[in-house]
Amino acid sequence: MRKLWHLLGVGCLAALMLVSLTACAGKSVAQQDVLTADQKANRITWGVKADTRLFGLEDIKTGRLEGFEIDLAKAMTKEILGPNGKCTFVPVTSGTRVPLLKNGNIDAIMATMTITPEREKQVDFTHSYFDAGQSLLVKKGSPIKSIKDLNKPGEVILGVSGSNSVKNVAKYAPKARVLQLSDYAQAMTALKSKQGDALTTDNGILYGMAAENPNYEVIGGNFTKEPYGIAVNKNQARFRNKLNWALERLEKNGTYNRLLLKWFGHVKGFNYQEMKR
Amino acid sequence: MINLITSQWQPLLMGLWNTIFCSVIALIGSLIIGTFFALLEISSHRVVRIIGNVYVEVFRNIPLLVIAMGFFLIVPMYIAKINGFTAGTIGLTLYTSSFIAETVRAGINSVEGGQLEGALANGMTYSQAMRYIILPQAFKVVIPPLGNQFINLVKNSSVLAFVAGFDLMYQGNLIANDTLETMPTYFIVGVLYLIITLPLSYYMRYLEKN
Repeated sequence: MRKLWHLLGVGCLAALMLVSLTACAGKSVAQQDVLTADQKANRITWGVKADTRLFGLEDIKTGRLEGFEIDLAKAMTKEILGPNGKCTFVPVTSGTRVPLLKNGNIDAIMATMTITPEREKQVDFTHSYFDAGQSLLVKKGSPIKSIKDLNKPGEVILGVSGSNSVKNVAKYAPKARVLQLSDYAQAMTALKSKQGDALTTDNGILYGMAAENPNYEVIGGNFTKEPYGIAVNKNQARFRNKLNWALERLEKNGTYNRLLLKWFGHVKGFNYQEMKR
Repeated sequence: MINLITSQWQPLLMGLWNTIFCSVIALIGSLIIGTFFALLEISSHRVVRIIGNVYVEVFRNIPLLVIAMGFFLIVPMYIAKINGFTAGTIGLTLYTSSFIAETVRAGINSVEGGQLEGALANGMTYSQAMRYIILPQAFKVVIPPLGNQFINLVKNSSVLAFVAGFDLMYQGNLIANDTLETMPTYFIVGVLYLIITLPLSYYMRYLEKN
């Protein structure tokens, strides 16, 4: 009997600790107005990718983040806070970005995040700042020519967990097995070591990988539309409107097209004219 | 949280099953391999001893994640096509076996030297003496530290999440990413790990007492 009480005690204690832990983290940090706080601090904290060529990639030599999204975030910060406005970049992955936003570590996510109805229940999006589409990356000479070739039992598709592309691929190729890895660098390595037949994600990201790995190519065209939006917490309408306003201004004054040309102008297979705003 | 369980019980159950399956294989495998290398380590031949030592030091001193990644990425390129679950389970087995080898070796050393001599003097061969006299006593001594290793093994099986091994942690990550209910998901995952480790922990206590 004593033993039973003992066991029960341990169980209750463990449950209590976990519950209190969730309770702490569950408290919303999103109550305060982000725009006011950022204007006061003269600083916006962005959640960006650090492993995605062309969008957000950390240069190993300098430790700096570089990419289209990084430049766009810098331009938007200057637009909102004035020429002396500063920005902080926090590297995120598809899996960590929403929790980091919700607990207040970052003010906004600009990390190749597709606007989807499910996500809109959790966060608010600005207008789309980039219209991507999902595609496939395979080794050159692979028998796979389009998503249809993957819809067979035994085919393995690699993706990144938390990305919208793994959800889409389950719809377009329900018979294939999907392996979800933690980031794009790891997914690319897994493709090279033949853990999968194709890697799927948005075309812009795939072109970046193909540029780095000449033995691999993007095939089959886009089979979905993936508009990227900047995500902010719910109840931050002022901040979101300001972001939309800044985005529109950058599109009108040509900064957007300049950045698009800088990052995607030279990418083989990428239609720059179509993406211009 | 309730509707998270009702809507996601299938992947959770599959993850729980894979975690248990991987843990059981790794537990049996690492116990056998670990005991084998413990015997190598106490051998009287210098070369055999060195082989045992090198094995233990290599696998004990490399992070588990690196070992699992090695099996996941390098082995399919050159040796054999293995999936994430296999790669992770092999990595976990080898990693844990190095710790078990050290534990068992300590247990064998704790058995008085006279016992081996006595067994040999009574006409037993070295392997008979080990099997019937020394190892049973050694295992009795090392039950508590072995229990620790087994609990660690179950928790370490979460390394499968990083090599797409479809274990509990992998499914937890997917559900958290999918539903964006991060904290409740990991709470459930934590409770499910407790369901495996608590009985194991109490069983080891029971063994210790008897």
